[in-house]
Amino acid sequence: MSEKHIDVSMTVNGFPRSGSVPARRLLSDFLRHDLQLTGTHVGCEHGVCGACTVLLNGKAVRSCLLFAVSVDGGEIVTVEGLANQDGSLGPVQQAFHECHGLQCGFCTPGFITTISAFLDEHPNPTEGQAREAIAGNLCRCTGYQNIIKSVLRAAEIRNEMMQP
Amino acid sequence: MTTRTFGEPILRREDPRLVRGDGRYLDDLGQGAYEVAFLRSPHASARILEIDASAAISVDGLIAIYTYEDLEGRMAERLPLLIPHPSLTAGRTGYSLAKEYVRHVGEAIVMVVASNRYIAEDAVGLIEVSYEIFPPVVGIESARAADHLVHADVSDNISAHMIQEVGDARSEIANSKHQIVLDLEIERSASMPLEGKGVYAVWDSDAKEMRLWSSTQTSTGVRAAVAAKLNLPLQKVECTAPDVGGGFGVKIMHPWPEEVLIPWAAQILNHPVKWTEDRREHFISSAHERQQSHHVEVGFDDDGRIAGLDVTFFHDNGSYTPYGIIVPIITSTQLLGPYKPSSYRVEFTSLYTNTVIVTPYRGAGRPQGVFAMERTIDAIANYLGMSRDKVRDVNFIQPGEMPYDQHLTFQDGRPLIYDSGDYPASMAMLKKMIGWDDFEEYQQLARLSGRKVGIGMACYVEGTGVGPYEGGFVQVETSGRVNVSTGLTSQGQGHQTAFAQIVSEELGVPIEDVFVETGDTRRFAYAVGTFASRAAVMSGNAIALAARSVREKALRIAGDALECDPRDLEIIGGVVQVKGDPTNCIPLKTIAVLSNPLRYAFDESAQAATQFAVGDTSKPPILEGEEPGLESRDYYSPLQSTFASGMHAAIVETDPETAEIKILKYVVVHDCGRLINPMIVEGQIHGGVAQGVGGALYERMEYDENGQLLNASFMDFLMPYATEVPFIETGHLETPSPLNPLGIKGAGEAGVIPGSALLASAIEDAEGFEIRKMPISPSELWQLRIDHQNGLVPTLKIGEKQK
Amino acid sequence: MKPAPFEYVRPRTRAGVLAALAAAGEDGKVLAGGQSLIPLLSMRLASPKVLVDINLVPDFSALKISPTHVEIGPTVRHQELLTSEAVRKAVPLLAQALSYVAHPVIRNRGTSVGSIAHADPSGELTAVLSLLDGVVTIEGQDGTREVTGSDFFLGPLESAINSGEMATRVTFGRLPTTMGTACVEVSRRHGDYALVGVCAAIVLGEDHQIDRARISLFSVGPTPIVIDVSGILKGIRIDSKHWREAARFIASSVDPDGDIHATTAYRKNLVEVLSKRGLQCAYQNALDRVAVKQ
Repeated sequence: MSEKHIDVSMTVNGFPRSGSVPARRLLSDFLRHDLQLTGTHVGCEHGVCGACTVLLNGKAVRSCLLFAVSVDGGEIVTVEGLANQDGSLGPVQQAFHECHGLQCGFCTPGFITTISAFLDEHPNPTEGQAREAIAGNLCRCTGYQNIIKSVLRAAEIRNEMMQP
Repeated sequence: MTTRTFGEPILRREDPRLVRGDGRYLDDLGQGAYEVAFLRSPHASARILEIDASAAISVDGLIAIYTYEDLEGRMAERLPLLIPHPSLTAGRTGYSLAKEYVRHVGEAIVMVVASNRYIAEDAVGLIEVSYEIFPPVVGIESARAADHLVHADVSDNISAHMIQEVGDARSEIANSKHQIVLDLEIERSASMPLEGKGVYAVWDSDAKEMRLWSSTQTSTGVRAAVAAKLNLPLQKVECTAPDVGGGFGVKIMHPWPEEVLIPWAAQILNHPVKWTEDRREHFISSAHERQQSHHVEVGFDDDGRIAGLDVTFFHDNGSYTPYGIIVPIITSTQLLGPYKPSSYRVEFTSLYTNTVIVTPYRGAGRPQGVFAMERTIDAIANYLGMSRDKVRDVNFIQPGEMPYDQHLTFQDGRPLIYDSGDYPASMAMLKKMIGWDDFEEYQQLARLSGRKVGIGMACYVEGTGVGPYEGGFVQVETSGRVNVSTGLTSQGQGHQTAFAQIVSEELGVPIEDVFVETGDTRRFAYAVGTFASRAAVMSGNAIALAARSVREKALRIAGDALECDPRDLEIIGGVVQVKGDPTNCIPLKTIAVLSNPLRYAFDESAQAATQFAVGDTSKPPILEGEEPGLESRDYYSPLQSTFASGMHAAIVETDPETAEIKILKYVVVHDCGRLINPMIVEGQIHGGVAQGVGGALYERMEYDENGQLLNASFMDFLMPYATEVPFIETGHLETPSPLNPLGIKGAGEAGVIPGSALLASAIEDAEGFEIRKMPISPSELWQLRIDHQNGLVPTLKIGEKQK
Repeated sequence: MKPAPFEYVRPRTRAGVLAALAAAGEDGKVLAGGQSLIPLLSMRLASPKVLVDINLVPDFSALKISPTHVEIGPTVRHQELLTSEAVRKAVPLLAQALSYVAHPVIRNRGTSVGSIAHADPSGELTAVLSLLDGVVTIEGQDGTREVTGSDFFLGPLESAINSGEMATRVTFGRLPTTMGTACVEVSRRHGDYALVGVCAAIVLGEDHQIDRARISLFSVGPTPIVIDVSGILKGIRIDSKHWREAARFIASSVDPDGDIHATTAYRKNLVEVLSKRGLQCAYQNALDRVAVKQ
């Protein structure tokens, strides 16, 4: 017997996307395998590592802890949607590059989305706030030091971009 | 002008792709492939009585179900014992799907192929397996007791036993003025990359070729293993390591059962097949490391100079030994670190247990050896009432004694001879950075306000860049693009940048023109793999040598073209020019044109290169002994490893009430010879330290007596978050290696090695009693305090002073 | 790790939700934030046949703060509650406890009512409900019940909610200005479940003397454990001897289980240490509140 499929539509990185999926399909799988937006990574599938973090209606959430059908009508931004409009690296992406904030790069998209949402609310974070902001994401390569540096650098870049 | 690149903190070439989400990791590939899930043993030791898959057959979307009975030919044989050793007298490996017996929870029994992973898991859930369950062997004590056996034909659970001896340690100890005995223990942790393993295979039934991708640290190894298992010519199998989300050792082990099963299924089904390991699978069916228990006896004089060191240890190798006994060999040989005891005896026994196999995890046996050695040094200092740095000082090998022969046989079967290093200078730097000499005053002040703080240090020497060889290929295209490839793989070490820096420097080309590919057997078929901090040393030097021959050829051709002596030429910014006369020049891309006479003109540079356009008609277009193209392939194969070294120091604070442990300061002094890219090296150290802190304070594999892994999730296996890792201050010393053309040593593993030794030392200093077992949790530290109050844990001299 | 199949419904009204839950009976499960439920589904440790997604019901997301009460709807996210200034003023303990709940990204989706309904004895909010005698409104097709904190938790992951019912609201009374509260815990890593946690409340009487003192322990027993130490602390001001005595009394009344992260003895020690710290902190907060009022 074939599994029942449900239609879903959502905005992903500014574009309307839709599909027909079983209710149990995780948002992470929908993004990665149905929409082929493979920048969102899956590191644990139980909500601890943070690699799958995306923005849902502007807030950072774990895409492995959501069903695609539950975000029907929502607005999703993934790491692929965080570059600048001219195609250059977005502030957080650029900061990770400048500060050597990534090594293998697998956890990186989850950090970048988390930090982007964080900086929207805290445009001038202290080092302590930066550390706290990334404390729900696991990285096995960097020891986090350069990621914290990247948060602070990203804030600088964003503020520079705001200047006329 | 070409600016210098070697030694500079060049930003990574791989980043822009990865930060945009354009990386291609294993599970990003093969979107239309069938997917696989495994039924894995829920028991640690059992005999499979019956497998009933009848209920699973009706699952919509199911493609196939396989058990051992379906395997034929070489697939039905045991997996290879990858690294045999004369001391490994009872080496055992498993089958890719369990044959009658299972020997650890997680061992694969049934492979299910379905249209996607959800459905594959549905089918797995419907398969019934009945077992005859045996009492398992869990932990070193249980293995030694041998009341139960992991392998029926290994009657003592011992896979290997090995002794190395330099001088007569036992009588030197007996004749020493002072003796100490220590019993030490380290528990299991694991590499735990954020991306688990994964395999994707496509069978081309027209060409009879297997195209394979694996999240591996050795694509050449996987390729050879798959060719052997599937009985295919090597030329008909190609393997690529795509972007790999971290390795740390677990992905050097190969072939994993899945690495042969997935291509096998792809061939049978004639359809692409993919398996992506999930986190639970990674915990219970990949590899762990670290568990050892050591008994140390040491004899020394009034100055703390070690006359004899006798170490006996037991190593838990898990249920099988596919990767041989590399880990305990490294422990036994690298234990000595920067020290020179007059005599040394080491004996180890490697034991089977009904747990996940043990293969190298970053550091690979060294953290345990360093723990034993450094705990011993601290114990000597305590015994004599000497400062811990002084005891280290008197035992250091001095720079003037280099090269220093430890008279042991290393993991590569070669003599353990340190090539270079300056340990006293490292120590001086370390003490300055941590504020060693001022700490006692700080500690006393802290104590007055009810705080417990302690300082510790730990030293290590790390054999890096082990052979047998790696190769490099460098090619200049007629566009000026420089293609570089090497066979070993990358998991975040920044090879695309570091190797480009080497080529840029050697060849005199802008780094932007250099493009590096790694880990693809189609590009470079001869390679060993990425492990043992060897990539920069091995491939770096091979690539440098290849770049040098390209340079030589370019200068020769340019010499002809410019009618001058090649020795008068230099290459700057991708242009060959006469020294002192930059206008007299020829670009490398033009030399690439000249080096490859063509018949067909398919673009402008080809037009310039047709046999009708260039050449001396009195000579053949390709001169004798020459090859077309401005390219070269070369190999680096060293006589022995090169030895990096380092020292860490830390200050910790322990909560007097809750026994929580906080690291207040962490400093690293590191010497890996010449640095190719200090930014990347520092990043490697940071990551290593975080894993060292994890291994010392947070991570362990909690097996219960039934062999169930109780914490097989990120909820309960406590990998540190940013809030658990201290700020790390790094100092570099650069003692070049005399062994290789670039003077470099490996850096990948270093950061993790002294973690447990260091934090034990610092916690001990804060608490005033002995720490003999790591990792340590607040719960355990609190219990030690109680035991200490009850006289069960000896007080240290510093503890007496504190009273 | 993928969930088993289930039937999914997402009603847009309260009545629709209640009807769906009633129809599903024991096979049904409410999906609110899903931050605890979905990992269980993915690991196939739970496989309800029907998931009733309540996120589309508009009035479920209401957070009402009145002069007397704070009423929390079943889809109010932790983060909203944590960052609400009005809630912080009315029931400071909510924010104090919520700052320990997981990490911000989880708090963005996880719901406070869901967390209470999940009845995990290591959940901070279970202890808050018990300590403050919060009221859980339980609705089913057959009617509505109100259960107070002391009666709500029946065991680990077991509450007074029956199959076919759901918690539609949790209500806390505004704390008196003479009450100070605190939440303290020790966890292995930042953001992990507590090894032991303590919520404490102290009410000051005349002349800033302690009138009532209670604590609620989480990660200590199968349900939150509330202990009244007014008898020990009543009438005192700052006196380390009495804090210690109260803390010892609390520790002597519990017998927490050991697990892979902490032994029974260590947990008992933490109960004592954290009770002392929690009570002292609550006392200080009470003094501060009284001072602000004056």
